[in-house]
Amino acid sequence: MSVSAIAPGAPVVEVTDLHKSFGSNHVLRGLDATIHQGEVVCVIGPSGSGKSTFLRCINLLEQPTSGSIKVDGEEVTDPDCDIDAIRRNMGMVFQQFNLFPHLSVLENCTIAQTTVLKRSKDQARAMARENLEKVGLSEKEEAFPAQLSGGQQQRVAIARALSMDPKLMLFDEPTSALDPELVGDVLSVMRRLASEGMTMFVVTHEMAFARDVADRVIFMDAGVIVEEGVPEQVIGTPTEERTKVFLQRVLDPTHVEAGAEDVAYAKRHVGEVAAVDERHPGTHGRYSGGAGLG
Amino acid sequence: MSTTTEAAPKKKLSPRRRAQRIRWIQYALLVVVAVAIALAADWQQIKEVFFRPDMIKATFTEGLPNAFKNTLVYTAGAFVIGLLLGTVLALMRLSSIGPYRWLSTMWIEFFRGLPAIVVFIAFGLLPLAFEGLVIPYDPYGTVWVALGLVASAYMAETIRAGIQAVPKGQIEAARSLGMPAGAATRKIILPQAFRVVTPPLTNEVILLVKDSSLVYVLGLSASGYELTKYGRDLANSNANLTPLVIAGFCYLAITLPLSILVRRMEARQKKER
Repeated sequence: MSVSAIAPGAPVVEVTDLHKSFGSNHVLRGLDATIHQGEVVCVIGPSGSGKSTFLRCINLLEQPTSGSIKVDGEEVTDPDCDIDAIRRNMGMVFQQFNLFPHLSVLENCTIAQTTVLKRSKDQARAMARENLEKVGLSEKEEAFPAQLSGGQQQRVAIARALSMDPKLMLFDEPTSALDPELVGDVLSVMRRLASEGMTMFVVTHEMAFARDVADRVIFMDAGVIVEEGVPEQVIGTPTEERTKVFLQRVLDPTHVEAGAEDVAYAKRHVGEVAAVDERHPGTHGRYSGGAGLG
Repeated sequence: MSTTTEAAPKKKLSPRRRAQRIRWIQYALLVVVAVAIALAADWQQIKEVFFRPDMIKATFTEGLPNAFKNTLVYTAGAFVIGLLLGTVLALMRLSSIGPYRWLSTMWIEFFRGLPAIVVFIAFGLLPLAFEGLVIPYDPYGTVWVALGLVASAYMAETIRAGIQAVPKGQIEAARSLGMPAGAATRKIILPQAFRVVTPPLTNEVILLVKDSSLVYVLGLSASGYELTKYGRDLANSNANLTPLVIAGFCYLAITLPLSILVRRMEARQKKER
């Protein structure tokens, strides 16, 4: 599906032995990961597994407790590093959109360009319009965020991030706050972005999206990376017990308990993931919501 | 009012009927009281004391416009000083630098804890205590600074609450776009914070209008009189309350529209949310 799957480029982000504690709560317990140029990496895992914290550490919205994060070879935890300059190259999309409510859609997309990149108003507007068109919201540029649906707001948020010409896009559960019927629009924008070769790091619950779009899937649980690999392997034929249990719960939420026979069921079931959508359209709720799009 | 059943032997009133009857009784009582007061009052005397026609005329011609203007100018200047200083204090209060926080907390607690009139008396004595001290734009400068200091303490707390009401995701979004902390505060946080605090800040203006009546203790010359001092002096020298009543109406002419404005803004914000 993804063009970048063929040959991963140079490393854009290199994370080594990353730890993060909130007080006595040890959330990240030694993560190692690399994101290459043009690669789409999806992070899945149960809530509370630390996947959002992991993502937020990469652009230093959370200060790591220890470990190293290199972006384009530069150590972001180094006090000498210009974090604002690094963030300019790294777009971020939030679960709650976080559009600026006092600014119009167009201004949301231009304000950082004019204040940070010192682009002229005209340049910034042209760039913003180009990206708003990309997310299919050209006609909404005069609107204010409160007048838009959640899905539209999230697409504006993507356009806002893209307007900074980032090398890398971070997505923190971009569809988790959306009504199920609005998820598809956002996912199809992300699919298109991936197909254009954007380097993407996506924390998500959308298994169908991860399976179809990701070059690599990371499964996290309890602050560690449990399993990592191509989607067919991690989602299709996971080897770790924790991955199997999680996937079973996600893909068949109505199934009650994970006893011994259930694990066997899970094994059978996740093997069928690729075919699931065609056979039971809709029965898996939002987790298959984006499968038919893009 | 209660659910007693003592009226049960008779025809039992439904709760709605009973509430209706109680309402009518209250209306009737109010009418009786109003009529009694109207009959008992000495209208001639009231008119002489509060609304004497020649005093009304004298009040208007002798310097009411100037006093009215002074009240407005004092309030406006103090508001500007209070707003600027209050914003700085609010940002200091939320700063990560400890001494800034302590300083602004001390300032805020000091000026909020003192009666405004004590601050004004102290300001009136400053030129005596520090010989040669001149505050420019006399008398406006002194009034603006004295009133503005008091206002800044109250406004700082209002603005701080407004800043804290802006969701954390806003600063995160701004920073994630590469905006430095200062630019994010100026362009993203403060505009939203001020939108939240416009109604409470307008209420501060109303309080300021009223507090401006205390600045007479600064010892102003006649041309610097505001509404209260002007009305009071005139009332004193004529042993008649009419000038004060007019001064009072002047205050209402300023504060009532502001109150209505605040209510409108609050209603609109509620709708937007």
